[in-house]
Amino acid sequence: MAEAAAHDHGDHRPHGWVRWVYSTNHKDIGTLYLIFAIMAGVIGGALSVAIRLELQEPGIQIFSGLAQMVYGMQGDAAIDGGKSMYNAFGAAHGLIMIFFMVMPALIGGFANWMVPIMIGAPDMAFPRMNNISFWLLPPAFILLLSSMFVPSAPGAFGVGGGWTIYPPLSTSGQPGPAMDLAILSIHIAGASSILGAINFITTIFNMRAPGMTLHKMPLFAWAVLITAFLLLLSLPVLAGGITMLLTDRNFGTAFFVPDQGGDPLLFQHLFWFFGHPEVYILILPGFGIISHIVSTFSKKPVFGYLGMAYAMVAIGAVGFIVWAHHMYTTGLSLDTQRYFVFATMVIAVPTGVKIFSWIATMWGGSISFKPPMLWALGFIFLFTIGGVTGVQLANAGLDRSLHDTYFVIAHFHYVLSLGAVFAIFAGWYYWFPKMTGYMYSPVIANTHFWVTFVGVNLIFFPQHFLGLAGMPRRTVDYPDAFAGWNMISSYGSYIAAVGVAIFLYGVFEAFQKKRVAGANPWGEGATTLEWQLPSPPPFHQWEQLPKIK
Amino acid sequence: MRKFLASAEFLAGTAGSAVLFSGAAAHADQPRAWEVSFQDPATDMMRQIERFGNYTMWFIVPITVLVLVLLLVCIVRFRASANPVPSRTSHNTLIEVIWTVGPVIVLLLIAIPSFQLLTAQYTPPEEAKLTVKATGNQWNWDYEYQVDKTFSFNSAVLQDGDRAKAGKQDRNLYPRLLAVDNELVVPVNTTTRVLITATDVIHSFAVPSFGIKMDAVPGRTNETWFKAEKEGLYYGQCSQLCGKDHAFMPIAVRVVSDAQFKTWLETAKTDVPAANKALMAEIDGTNKVAAAGN
Repeated sequence: MAEAAAHDHGDHRPHGWVRWVYSTNHKDIGTLYLIFAIMAGVIGGALSVAIRLELQEPGIQIFSGLAQMVYGMQGDAAIDGGKSMYNAFGAAHGLIMIFFMVMPALIGGFANWMVPIMIGAPDMAFPRMNNISFWLLPPAFILLLSSMFVPSAPGAFGVGGGWTIYPPLSTSGQPGPAMDLAILSIHIAGASSILGAINFITTIFNMRAPGMTLHKMPLFAWAVLITAFLLLLSLPVLAGGITMLLTDRNFGTAFFVPDQGGDPLLFQHLFWFFGHPEVYILILPGFGIISHIVSTFSKKPVFGYLGMAYAMVAIGAVGFIVWAHHMYTTGLSLDTQRYFVFATMVIAVPTGVKIFSWIATMWGGSISFKPPMLWALGFIFLFTIGGVTGVQLANAGLDRSLHDTYFVIAHFHYVLSLGAVFAIFAGWYYWFPKMTGYMYSPVIANTHFWVTFVGVNLIFFPQHFLGLAGMPRRTVDYPDAFAGWNMISSYGSYIAAVGVAIFLYGVFEAFQKKRVAGANPWGEGATTLEWQLPSPPPFHQWEQLPKIK
Repeated sequence: MRKFLASAEFLAGTAGSAVLFSGAAAHADQPRAWEVSFQDPATDMMRQIERFGNYTMWFIVPITVLVLVLLLVCIVRFRASANPVPSRTSHNTLIEVIWTVGPVIVLLLIAIPSFQLLTAQYTPPEEAKLTVKATGNQWNWDYEYQVDKTFSFNSAVLQDGDRAKAGKQDRNLYPRLLAVDNELVVPVNTTTRVLITATDVIHSFAVPSFGIKMDAVPGRTNETWFKAEKEGLYYGQCSQLCGKDHAFMPIAVRVVSDAQFKTWLETAKTDVPAANKALMAEIDGTNKVAAAGN
């Protein structure tokens, strides 16, 4: 009797708002993260469409009107306010997409959901810390959004320093409180990520099911483990850097103030010591997802499993020693540049191993082109394009001409917008039936893929040309000669926006039609543990730990 | 192809009017509509950068095509309907070694000329004969000529209202957002050292056709150099986000003959606007003579 009562208590399921706000369940928290990421993604995407609307034609058309509408500015003040607003949109787009869309989706969302299940654990190691990891994000996001409505420079609102917030533009250049709100926002989002990273490392090291050695662990769990280490080691450096920024701004310190013995470039070193690992934080979980999907839909085990795992370890490790390739034009000494050229090129080797291993996984397989596989194929090809332009940019001598031009924008959107985001959608369509129990319409999912594929390539491929021709980044207006490719790029962005609408409709449709997916909709190729559970999985899984052969 | 398009456009643009600026327009280097590659090099350094960029294309394009072809082969040959029974191969040491060593070799082939290019950028062929200091401000540049009698002037974006007064109505030669009121004037075929700094926030001094880009950091003096090979007007833009008018602080360099530079320099030491006016009149005159002689 007492035993039964205790059992009942253990199976207690909170209902209503308590279930979500007080949640300590990794699947519920994962769902919250995914919903959060979708909302942030829509906002961040809308900002980018506004940017493309402005850049569709030479001149300033959109942002002066926006400044008039939002800030109530008139005449010349509206034009100046519009220029600043454009910069604020650019900074917010970058920060939102990185900290509030890609990271929450891949790490908070998919990793929270799937890593415990995949390694045969009942939940994360620290469920309450998991809760606070998530609930730190909404206030951080609100701080960032509200920064867009408070003053920065005279006559301007919002953080206008790009997502890289280089001083002195972010200190003496913008004395208003907008930058302080943004710094606080990044601090809180960073704390959230550090807590999450600690949770994942502990979970993966200590809570694997009996028999699941590290070398039998699924690649997504490997990817998340490495990502967690990158977060744990790099975010404190960013936190230190932006704290120095904060004290420079408010408490009279002079870490980055040259006329008081500081150095603006110190911030760039600190920022990129975080910033470069950060780009691998954004892409590594995607690598893991793609490995699972390629293997599942080829009905073959991952080719070169150990090579795949240690390629990610290598990428993560080398990712820490290449940061100053973002700073080739700052006046680094010749030998410093030589070193960073060399180190940066090394990363291409493990990345190449991954690309070729995915192809080898498909080779000899029996491939079905379900929506997740379509996104994964798109990922592999587009990531390759972004990768090879990265090899070009690694060369300081060539980067002299390409640095801070649209070529760089094209490069990092190929690896992130067309890499990380394609991986997110691939993961979404792969695990959606598992997470919800419902199957989406493959027609809508395929349409979403093709519309997005066409859209994003139209946006970003022409930007290579603009960069080669010398168009600098982060300009609200450009010489008339750049008009042609900018127009194409803007049209691409509208197509991609339609893609987002199709995505949202697809989600709605799936919940409306309630097609039952079943425990394993993908067949024999889906071998990881999550497919052995019903869809959606029970509130608490693996009360009997699975045994791994 | 691009050059062909550009010259066709140029012919169309000047057909209606007298061929006043033909010589100068052909030498001006600035972005062109639908351009898909670098601007024409105006220095040997930019030619080296372009050559190296093209060289890397010989690796990255085949690699991308290889990945695409392999993907297509997988899609066609190993689709479920064509290959219902999957193999179970998950290891092949030889091929794993090949696709690790292969990229290493490719990277070495890229790295060797890359290091040569990088070293060349920091090794001017000769001691600079002229030193100018470019100071970035929000949102314009100060150019200081470090000659026997140091002088400086400010260079800001050309406002449309000032075009007539400055004699810069020709929008092909003086494009919107690229043209400035006072160009940086340098002699042709002369190694010119540029010292670069800033007064407020970080800017970046960049001239694409010269192959130079160097950040202007407050509290530091960075250095770069160029040796322009052809007379003409060359444009660049500030290449580091510096606030509201980041898009509106172009860099314009007017490369002139030695004689023209000497004349300009003498007058500019005391009166920059007068020197610029005289210089522009002389260049226009030369072009008219050249056009008449054609």
